[in-house]
Amino acid sequence: MAVVSVQHVTKVFARDEGEPTVALKDVNLDIEDKQFICIVGASGCGKTTLLRIIAGLETSTEGSILLDGVPVTGTDTDRGMVFQEYSLFPWKSVIDNIAFGLEMQGIPKAERRQTAEKYLKIIHLEQFRDAYPHELSGGMRQRVAIARALANDPKVLLMDEPFGALDAQTRNVMQRELLEIWAETQKTVIFVTHSVDEAVFLADKIIILSPGPGRIEEVIPVDLPRLRDRTAPEFGELRKHILKTMEMSATIR
Amino acid sequence: MRTKKKNSYRNILIPLTSIAVVIIIWQIVAVYVVGNTFKLPSFTEVVSAFVKDMFGPRGTLPEDIVVSLYHFLIGMAAALLVGIPTGVCMGWFRDIDIALNPIVEIIRPIPPLAWIPFAIIWFGLTHAAAGFIIFIGAIFPVIINTYTGFRNVPKVFIEAGKVLGCTKDISLIRKIGFPSAIPEITAGIRVSMGIGWMCLVGAEIFGAGTGKYGLGKNLWTYYNLHQMDSVVVYMLVLGVIGIVIDILFRHYVHKQTVRWQDNME
Repeated sequence: MAVVSVQHVTKVFARDEGEPTVALKDVNLDIEDKQFICIVGASGCGKTTLLRIIAGLETSTEGSILLDGVPVTGTDTDRGMVFQEYSLFPWKSVIDNIAFGLEMQGIPKAERRQTAEKYLKIIHLEQFRDAYPHELSGGMRQRVAIARALANDPKVLLMDEPFGALDAQTRNVMQRELLEIWAETQKTVIFVTHSVDEAVFLADKIIILSPGPGRIEEVIPVDLPRLRDRTAPEFGELRKHILKTMEMSATIR
Repeated sequence: MRTKKKNSYRNILIPLTSIAVVIIIWQIVAVYVVGNTFKLPSFTEVVSAFVKDMFGPRGTLPEDIVVSLYHFLIGMAAALLVGIPTGVCMGWFRDIDIALNPIVEIIRPIPPLAWIPFAIIWFGLTHAAAGFIIFIGAIFPVIINTYTGFRNVPKVFIEAGKVLGCTKDISLIRKIGFPSAIPEITAGIRVSMGIGWMCLVGAEIFGAGTGKYGLGKNLWTYYNLHQMDSVVVYMLVLGVIGIVIDILFRHYVHKQTVRWQDNME
């Protein structure tokens, strides 16, 4: 059974003047448990909006999101999210940032520290446990943000271009680390990116969204073995195909 | 180490020298140029007046300091108790902002000392009357900075809080809004303490208070007695206490609460 089911989701943004914008139109999508899904698309295709609707940060104009068959009505701890911007709380140390969700659930301090330590270990930042976010590099901050989202033990991890602000090299390192974390924690991941390369490297399944109004253009299963070689011909073929699809969908309209 | 030593030399010795130079010029001008204690008491006269006011049998400086600090404490405590919740509500809830903003903007430009008649009518000649004037002077920077601090909470912090299970307004305010706004709130408190301290003198001079003790109150008494050396003593004591309050606050509160900020490294 699908863990996340997007059913006939339409999102219309009303504007103060002019026509309302249709960000998403009748999007349907089923995501299997423990899958790594990447959503790619040109800017303005509504990929972030779709993710935010799944998170419960936005409400869809029509349609619904089902999580294990239950409709989503708002944010909850069963869906963790990693944002593109640096979202760590600057007033909390690394360990307290990771433990924040547990703190909100009312879990006693000793216990949440213990859980937080576990995730601190997964992201290999034990030596930074008492550091404040401003003392960390961009890549480290995003690792802590991932650990913070995972500490709540969500069913689904939503990631909104989490590595978008990082330099190319750090980005590659982060992608590999994310795959390790994913293998270790066995979460369903929905990962939004505008980088086709990133999507092909990471995903079990790539969803191509096309703009105006946002809709699913194509769903591509990727069955290349991990860790994937970016220079391999199959990798290049797939990347070429996706880029071409994106380009065509953008010009047709 | 070397630069540190050099800096402490620059940061201590040079200010001390400039203060000494001013005192010497003051003394020379007072004794040889003005030559009139009433118009300009000399430094040495002020020092002996200080000893007399502080330790002499008829000196009331210690009591004045205590009473003025008490007025200040009443006013500041009230300003924080009312100002912070008001600022929080205005910053967090759009409707409260729209409702209260015009009221705040109408009352804010009224100089605090203009409230003295009503302070005396409402509170009588009590410490609370003086405290009320300080409250009026101090509350607006508190409200406005708290408000601004809450309005400027980055959206991504609020959303991160929400997806982590912090969904109720009250917990978002407590767990996200407050810590995020703390630097601005403390800056507002600092400004308000400066204004409050200034209002204190005016309030006491114009008779808010019990009419016996208070730095502002007896500064005026000495003026009426034409004891200008004591007036200077009270002026300087007011200045010194103002600085001490600011330093203590900065040192203990400000630095403690904002140690996570970039500029505090």
